[in-house]
Amino acid sequence: MFTFRRIVVAVVCLGFLGVIGAGALYAFNRAYYSSQIAETAAPAPTAGQIARGHYLALAGDCIACHTAPGGQPYAGGLQLNTGFGLVAASNITPDKDTGIGGWTTKQFILAMHRGIGDHGKRLYPAMPYTAYAKVSDADLTDIKAYLDTLPAVHHDVIANQMPFPFNIRLMMVGWNMLFFDLGGQQYKNDPTQTAEWNRGAYLVQGLEHCSTCHTTKNLLGADESGKFLQGTDLAGWWAPDLTSNKRIGLGSWSEDDIVDFLKTGANDRMVAAGPMAEAVHNSTQHLTVPDLHAMAVYLKSLPASDDSAPSPVPANIPAMVAGRAIYAENCAACHALNGTGVPGMAPAFVHSPSVQAQNPENMIRTILAGGHVAATEINPTAASMPPFDWKFTDAQLAAVTTYLRNSFGNAAPAVTADEVAAKRKEIGARATN
Amino acid sequence: MALKRPKADAVIIGLGWAGSLMANELTMAGLNVVAIERGGWRDTSTDFPTSMDTDELRYATRRELLQPLSVETMSFRNNPGQQARPLRDFNTYQFGWGAGGAGSHWNGMTWRFLPNDFQTYSNTVAKYGKGRFVTGLTVQDWGVTYDDLEPFYDKFERYAGTSGKAGNIKGVIQPGGNVFEGARQRDYPLPPLERTRAAELFDIGAKELGLHSFPVPAGNTSGAYVNPLGIHMAPCTYCGYCEFFGCGNWSKSSPNACILPALIQRPNFTVITESEVMKVNLTPDKKMATGVTYIDKQGREWEQPADIVVISAYQMDNVRLMLLSGIGKPYDRASLTGVVGRNYANQTVSGAGVFFENENLNPFIGAGALAQSADDYNSDNFDHAKLDFIGGANMLIHSTNGRPIGSANVVPPGTPRWGSEWKKTYKDSYQVGNSIYNQGNSYPHEDVFLDLDPTYTDRFGRPLLRVTFDWNENDKRSGHFMADRAVEFGHAMNAKMVFRNEPTAKHFSPMDNLSSHTTGGAIMGDDPMTSAVNRYLQSWDVPNTFVCGASAFANNGGYNPTGTVGALTLWAAEAIKTKYLKSPGALVSL
Repeated sequence: MFTFRRIVVAVVCLGFLGVIGAGALYAFNRAYYSSQIAETAAPAPTAGQIARGHYLALAGDCIACHTAPGGQPYAGGLQLNTGFGLVAASNITPDKDTGIGGWTTKQFILAMHRGIGDHGKRLYPAMPYTAYAKVSDADLTDIKAYLDTLPAVHHDVIANQMPFPFNIRLMMVGWNMLFFDLGGQQYKNDPTQTAEWNRGAYLVQGLEHCSTCHTTKNLLGADESGKFLQGTDLAGWWAPDLTSNKRIGLGSWSEDDIVDFLKTGANDRMVAAGPMAEAVHNSTQHLTVPDLHAMAVYLKSLPASDDSAPSPVPANIPAMVAGRAIYAENCAACHALNGTGVPGMAPAFVHSPSVQAQNPENMIRTILAGGHVAATEINPTAASMPPFDWKFTDAQLAAVTTYLRNSFGNAAPAVTADEVAAKRKEIGARATN
Repeated sequence: MALKRPKADAVIIGLGWAGSLMANELTMAGLNVVAIERGGWRDTSTDFPTSMDTDELRYATRRELLQPLSVETMSFRNNPGQQARPLRDFNTYQFGWGAGGAGSHWNGMTWRFLPNDFQTYSNTVAKYGKGRFVTGLTVQDWGVTYDDLEPFYDKFERYAGTSGKAGNIKGVIQPGGNVFEGARQRDYPLPPLERTRAAELFDIGAKELGLHSFPVPAGNTSGAYVNPLGIHMAPCTYCGYCEFFGCGNWSKSSPNACILPALIQRPNFTVITESEVMKVNLTPDKKMATGVTYIDKQGREWEQPADIVVISAYQMDNVRLMLLSGIGKPYDRASLTGVVGRNYANQTVSGAGVFFENENLNPFIGAGALAQSADDYNSDNFDHAKLDFIGGANMLIHSTNGRPIGSANVVPPGTPRWGSEWKKTYKDSYQVGNSIYNQGNSYPHEDVFLDLDPTYTDRFGRPLLRVTFDWNENDKRSGHFMADRAVEFGHAMNAKMVFRNEPTAKHFSPMDNLSSHTTGGAIMGDDPMTSAVNRYLQSWDVPNTFVCGASAFANNGGYNPTGTVGALTLWAAEAIKTKYLKSPGALVSL
C-alpha cells in the first residue's frame, strides 16, 4: 500500500518533469554542469590540509557507506536499501576509471553540495548531499585532498540498482526543486549564538549528517519539515529523538553525557549499539572533545519535541508482574535490580529516554538478538547484550519490555506479543526453544 | 615444504595470561606481533554469554573449556625407577585451551609471592644453615627479588582489576590486610569482596589462635572497574561459577575480559587460532631462533618467521616445547646436569574438613577467590628454628561455590557415597560443611623433573612430556605440621567435627586433585648451569627466545601462581622494550 502510494507520487512528479520537457532539461543540465566545474589551477595540498581532510572525512563517516563489507576502504559497493530500491555507494578512491581520481576539486564540491555527479549525473539523496551542502568549500577541498592520498582501488560499482521509475536519475532535478533549494546552502553562522554553538550546528547539520537517520522522511524520502532530529524508524532500528525532550530525547543528558557517548561509545546511562555503534566506531570517536562538546551544546539547544507522557501501565497487571519476575531472573545481574546498570557497559533504565522511546523496536530487537556495544579506542570493551530469542516467548519478551517501559520512573505504552512476533520475523531471530 | 607467512617482529606461542600480557606490551611498543593459539578464539560476550546455563556437568565435571585429552596427554610416574604411563584423565592438571588459556577458567586468586619465596636459598642458609635442606633439595634463588617485581605486580593488579586489602603499603602495616606481604606501593584497585559467614567463622578461629586473618586478593570484581586499557568490568554477582567456567559478566580477571578486547583492535596484532606450534626453529648453530613451525586447523604446515620468539604456553608445554626445539640442555637425573625440566614443583597441600552446628553458610553465594585467609604459617613468616623443614602454607576458608555436583563430596568421611543416608547427610552438610585448605610451598628436588617420554607420542608423533613427581621429605614434614595447624584451626572455629587431611602421608597421585599449580622446569636464575632462562626470562642459549609462565618459578610459593606469572611476564616485557630492542642479544652477560 505504502509502496503503491510512493509510485503514484513519483509518477506525478514524472508528469511534472514531462511538462518541462525532459530533453530540454537534459541539455540544460549538461550545460550547467560544464559551467560549474571549470577549474582554475590550484596549489598542491599541504600536509596540514591532508590531515584536516582526514579528520573531516572521519567526521563525515564517508567510510561507512563507501566501503563494502570486507571490501577495500572507500572503494564503494555497500548496498543501501533506500525504500525506493537499492543504491550502491560509489568508489571514492583516486582510481581514474572507477573512482574519483579524474575529478577536479570543483567537481567534488559540486557533488557534495548539489548532488551532481560526473557529467551532470544526478545523485540520489541516499548520498546525504542535502547535509553536505552545509559544508564549506575549504573543508570539502581538504577532504578531496585527503581522498586523493588513498590507494587507488579499481572497483567498478553499479550504483543505480533502482526499479523503474526511480532509476531515472534526472527525476532528482525535480526532487531537488521540491526539497532542496539550489544554491546558497552553505552553513551561515548565526550571529546571535556563540562560536561553539555555531561550530556544533555546522557539524551536526553538515558533515555528521545526523538528520539522515534521526529525522522523519516524507513519502519521497526527504526530511519532513518541523521534525528535525525528532527521531524516526531507520530500517528496523529506532533512531531516537535528539531534541531537548526530557522524557524521550536528550533533555536529561548533560553536555558531558553526550560527549562521553560520542567519544567512547557509552556513558554512565547508555551505550551505543546497532547503527549508532557503527557511527561512533567509524566517526564520532575520532572527533576532538571540543568539537563533540560543540555538537552537544547545539543539540541541547534544540527545542523539545512535542510529547506528553502517558500514565504508566499499572504494576499489578499480569504482564507487569510477569515482566518483573523475568527481569529479576534474567536481566538484573547486569542491569541491577534497581535498573541502575553498569556505567559504560550495561545501560541504566532509570528515567530512560531509550526505554520510553516512541517506538520500542530497539529494545525488542536487542532482547531478541542481542547487541554489540561500540568498541572505541577509549573503551574497547565491546561488551554485548546476549540474545534471548531462544529463551523468551513473544509474550514473555513483551512482558519484560512492558515492565521496563513502566518501571524505574518510566511510562510508555505496553508492548504486545504481536509486535515481538513481527520483529522476530523481520530480523530473522530464532524461535523459542 | 611449509607454507610461509610474512615475518613478524615477535611470535607468541599461546595466548593465555602470559601471551596476552606480552602481546599487549609489545604491540603498544609498536611491534608487529603474531600470536599462535592451539584452541579457538574466545570472546567474553559471545562465548560466555550470561544467558547461557552454567552447566556444572558440562563445564566443571567434564571440563569443556580445558585442553581435551584427545589433543594430547602426558605420562606420569612417582619416581625414576618406574615406567611412566599416559594419563587418561587430567584431574589435578588443568591446562588452558583457547584464547585466554587457563586465565579464562581459573578462580581468580591473585597473590604476590612473599619476598622470601624469591630468595629462600640465601635466607635459609643465613638463618638456619645449609643443613636445613633435606637431602636432594635443589632450592635456589630466582635472580629477581620481590622489590624488582613490585611495580609489575602493581601493573598486573591494575590490568586485572584485583579486589583486596593491602597489608603493607610502603612499609606501613595495614591492619586487616596480609601483614606478612612485601611492601606494596599502593592498595589494590578494588576493595575486598563482600564477606560470607564462612569468613566470619574463620576470623573467630584466627582470633582465638592469635593469627592475622585477611581477605584473599581476588580476580573477582567487588565493584565496577575500568582498567588502564579502558576496558570496563562489571561487579561480581557472586554466582559461584568461576572455576572451569568463563565469566560472561565481565567480573573475573581474565585475558578475555582484561586484555584481549584492546589487543584485538590493534592493526599490528594478529592471532592465528586452532593452530599448534610444532617447534621453535633455530639457526644451524642453534644460537638464534628464526621463528616457529605450526600446523593449522586444515593440517597444513606453516612457518612463521620472527625476530623474537616468546614461549608462553602452559608451564608444562613451555618445557616440552623447549625440549622438542632443542633450546637449552635437558636435565639429566643420572648426572644431575642440564636445566630444562629441572626444578619442577607442585604444591604441598594439607588441611581439615570442618562441619559446624546450627550454621547457614549459604555456599551458593560464592566467587572464585572469595576466601578468608591467614599467612602466619606460610614461607618463613614463622620461626623454623625448632623445626626440621622449610616453608609452610597459606591457610584459607573458601566461599567459592555451592554447586550441586561438586558439593556432594562435602560430607564427613565415612558417609556412604549414595543412597538415603548419603542424601540425608548431604542435605545436612550443605549448609554447615567447609574446609581449611593449606596451600603449601613446594621446593624442588633432584628426583622430581620433567622430560620427554621415551615411549609415548602425541598425534603428530612427538614424544609426550613425562612427569616424575612424589612428595619429598621436606614436603612430608611441612604437610604434617600444617595438617596439625588446620585441625587446631578447625577447633578454634568451634567446628563440631574436624577431619584431618594430610595427603603428603601417602604417595602423590595426579588423580587426587589437590592443586593444579604446577611450576618450574624452565626456571630463571643467575647461573646458566642451574637455570634455563636468565632473570629476564631470556633463554641463556637462544637469546631471542623468552619463556614466560610458571615454568620460570625456581620454587613454588604457598599461593596460586597467576599474580607472579603476570608480574614476571610484565617484567620480561619491560626488559624487551627497554633493553633488548635497543641492543638485541644476551641481556645478562657472564
